[in-house]
Amino acid sequence: MILWVAAALAQDEPVVVGSKTFTESRLLGEVMAQLIEGRTEIPVERKLGLGGTTIVYGALESGEVDLYPEYTGTGWAVHLGIEEPVRDPLRAFGVVQQRFRDERELLWLAPFGFNNTYAMALRDEVAAEHGITKVSELAGHPELRAGVSHEFLEREDGWPGLAEAYGLQVDELRGMDHGLAYEALRSGEIDLIDAYSTDGKLARFPVRVLADDLRYFPPYDCAPLVRADLLERHPELGPLLGELAFSLSDAEMAELNAAVEVDGRAFEEVAASFLSEQGLLDAAAVAEGPDTNRDADLGTFVAARTDLLLRLLGEHLALTGTAVLLAILTAVPLGVAVSRRRALRPLLTVAGVLQTIPGLALLALLIPLLGLGWANAIAALFLYALLPILQNTATGLDEVDASLLEAGRGMGLTEGQLLRHVLLPLAMPTILAGVRTSTVISVGVATLAAFIGAGGLGEPIVTGLALNDTRLVLLGAVPAAALAVLVDLGLAALGRAATPRGLRT
Amino acid sequence: MIRFDRVRKAWPAPDGGQVVALDGVDLHVEVGQIVALIGPSGCGKTTTLKCINRLVEPDSGRVEVGGVDISTMEATALRRRIGWVIQKGGLFPHMTVAQNIGLLPKLVGGTDPARVDELLELVRLSPRHFRDRYPSELSGGQAQRVGVARALVQDPEILLMDEPFGALDPVTRRQLHVEFKGLLERVAKTVVLVTHDMAEAFAMADRVVFLEAGRVVQDGTPEELRAAPATAEVASFLEAL
Repeated sequence: MILWVAAALAQDEPVVVGSKTFTESRLLGEVMAQLIEGRTEIPVERKLGLGGTTIVYGALESGEVDLYPEYTGTGWAVHLGIEEPVRDPLRAFGVVQQRFRDERELLWLAPFGFNNTYAMALRDEVAAEHGITKVSELAGHPELRAGVSHEFLEREDGWPGLAEAYGLQVDELRGMDHGLAYEALRSGEIDLIDAYSTDGKLARFPVRVLADDLRYFPPYDCAPLVRADLLERHPELGPLLGELAFSLSDAEMAELNAAVEVDGRAFEEVAASFLSEQGLLDAAAVAEGPDTNRDADLGTFVAARTDLLLRLLGEHLALTGTAVLLAILTAVPLGVAVSRRRALRPLLTVAGVLQTIPGLALLALLIPLLGLGWANAIAALFLYALLPILQNTATGLDEVDASLLEAGRGMGLTEGQLLRHVLLPLAMPTILAGVRTSTVISVGVATLAAFIGAGGLGEPIVTGLALNDTRLVLLGAVPAAALAVLVDLGLAALGRAATPRGLRT
Repeated sequence: MIRFDRVRKAWPAPDGGQVVALDGVDLHVEVGQIVALIGPSGCGKTTTLKCINRLVEPDSGRVEVGGVDISTMEATALRRRIGWVIQKGGLFPHMTVAQNIGLLPKLVGGTDPARVDELLELVRLSPRHFRDRYPSELSGGQAQRVGVARALVQDPEILLMDEPFGALDPVTRRQLHVEFKGLLERVAKTVVLVTHDMAEAFAMADRVVFLEAGRVVQDGTPEELRAAPATAEVASFLEAL
């Protein structure tokens, strides 16, 4: 009976598909989600666009997420922490697959087929003129003008290593921003750039990606990384996801990325048309995604998103409000205790240390305890909000004139009455200033909640950054900034109103 | 009414040793008497005063109020029977005059709205003008009057005053001496007053107790002190008159 109930519960439990924030990861997450939805009865939950490798991976390990697309190079260097560089893609996949299965009960399924690593790209015209198709053929062409990203220029495993391995020498080598490099290439100012091999822009700019014939760059083959217990629960998912194996070349992946980033098509739509072209899913199942037409003017763009904006604003206020309220309920009594007992002073240091933990790191640290979503985001905001309130409560109480305390005690007030009728009212302006600081900080930090799927105004910011869509970024950032200013002004006014008349100067 | 029996009190000193504040103080204050504690800075007069309402706990010896050892009484209950007046009035700046005076009755549950006005009349402040003012809107003398009114609100048997007029200008001070002497006699309280001003002591008190280095060196009426100062210090205080 119990087994039967447990089995029934397991049936209803959705498969949670995760992804990192950038376009390619989200697209592949969406592809896997649609495939499972279209071909099985298992409910699917999407947690796409989770911030950074640490957060998605943490979510996978803790079971908050069941699968997400990961890269062998990341598995090798980041998750396994192997320092020795790897060149052979089969060896990278083999090692990563075996060690994740044996040590972490996580399975690397068959790769999608593309390899998203560094690549060198040459302007089409030049490539055709000299008949260059591979990096090794660049040798002997010092007249080529190269413009590479600053990071690539400096990293030992970037240009310096590449030039040495291939014996390359160019007369003109400039460090420049990636986006600018594409434009400079198009206008003919430079000939050679570095790129990610599946970058959507490669599909839309007149460039030829050169084969890394000496296998200089480490492999970053992409594959579904899946919890072993998911396949125990749903064994049919193994073969199903296996149908995606080797379905995408570098150029095809770049084309899909371009469809979203350059053409402004929705993830859902691009994913669906890919699946139907592959014959993996009926075209009829294509869902209509939101309009991300980049040519619409800003007014139309925002007007079409009023409902979304209101929902996000509501979520943002709820997150911030709950966290600050909990912080007040905790930090004011703690502040009273700290001001009364010297021995408790270290609490201030603890709260101070909490405040120095970077936002994303704190969210990542809390995943094993609280998972993804609301509880985690509120806990993180709460921890950030503690210090200003705690500190100001303690300071406000400490600053009350000692002669007033003696007057109160001498007239026969109990310690509790003294606190309630004398100390707290006199410290109130300082305490409220702390609440104000905490709230403004929380409004700002709450934009990070989107990285762990807790919503709020950070959602369009994260998506916009991933899509390189400034309007989406502004859709979140402008209201968030305005909210911070309004909250600041509002709480300042409240603070003045709450200051007893006798204390106003 | 109030009796000290060989009361000793020492504070930890910064050098790790001890500073003796009270070195065996004996004192007896009768019901209805007004006694001034006087002496140079650090002589122990304020410490002695605070031993009466347990703001300071003696290291040894015994303090009795109304024949009962006060260390056996609950501190807040004791303090509610004793009015407490400090320099500048010690008024709570976030409360109006009426709220300051009415705080204790409100907390112990015996609010009589007429009582505040009655006390303001007693200390010669017009209730109509002063009831709703904040301490920041009062002069030093007015604040001190409110402080006394607040101390009298529960009709205590004893009134303790710690340099009540210390922060006032000499003219206001002299005026208040005369006025409060009359007032204290009218309310018929046992009063212990700390001062460093012999003129104040003589103007207000029936009996003057002179302390030096934590000991009582002379205890008598103003006339007795004037006639035969016990130490050079007492004599020098008298010269300032």
